[in-house]
Amino acid sequence: MIIAEVVDEIVATRKHPSHEGRKLLLVQPLELEGAPRGAPFLALDAVDAGAGDRVLVVVEGYAAMTAVGRPQSPINAAVVGVIDRVDLARN
Amino acid sequence: MVLARVIGTVVATRKDPRLEGMKLLVVRPVSPQGRDESGYLVAVDTVGAGFKEQVLIVQGSSARMAALCKDRPVDAAIVGIVDTVESER
Amino acid sequence: MFLARVLGNVVATVKDPGLAGQKLLLIQPVDGAGRPVRTPLVALDAVGVGPGEMVYYCRGREASFPWLPATVPADLSIVGVVDPAANPNLQARP
Repeated sequence: MIIAEVVDEIVATRKHPSHEGRKLLLVQPLELEGAPRGAPFLALDAVDAGAGDRVLVVVEGYAAMTAVGRPQSPINAAVVGVIDRVDLARN
Repeated sequence: MVLARVIGTVVATRKDPRLEGMKLLVVRPVSPQGRDESGYLVAVDTVGAGFKEQVLIVQGSSARMAALCKDRPVDAAIVGIVDTVESER
Repeated sequence: MFLARVLGNVVATVKDPGLAGQKLLLIQPVDGAGRPVRTPLVALDAVGVGPGEMVYYCRGREASFPWLPATVPADLSIVGVVDPAANPNLQARP
């Protein structure tokens, strides 16, 4: 899983049936310090996350399909948690 | 599998129900010599790893073959605590 | 999944039997503001899209799942169309 921030909800009416009924979220991966890390991508939502939320994202297809309950579907990523807090150990 | 070091924990109250009760740890990949590499991952802990411990991470669909991870939305799991790494270099 | 704009069609007469009858589209990946990123790619069409449309695509093994149980050698497939009205940054282009 990676940590990301939800940038926006993307609305798509015409889509593969396996994506119906789930929000499509544009997420920006983050460094642990909060800076952007790489390019944003799209994830289906499993926890009712919204813009501005810091979230946990699974970035492997089968984990994502499991999260949204749509096996054997063209899904790459899913939001599986809304982060309250990240505690880092001091070195 | 990759070698990594536990550097933190993630708290998420609102999460997929199949992640309830699972410990989510922030891990940073390390070299065989134990030096930090770039990046991080959030992995489910299946072995009781603690802060700063060196661990083994399995990623991708294989992560769900770890104990307790079957049929859960998990793409990275801690499956071992490393005692030693022997390397010729 | 990832955002892209459809640039056009790709025609290939000689191809894997699993690709027979499939529409091949040239797509330009874009960022959240609709700006091009990376190099154009060729994707299969799982929803019925046309040139100029703003779409999103799936990659990897999952990209072939819309055609199950058929075996289609696809690693990129278009799986949705972005609504222009609801996403002002991601407009279709004629």
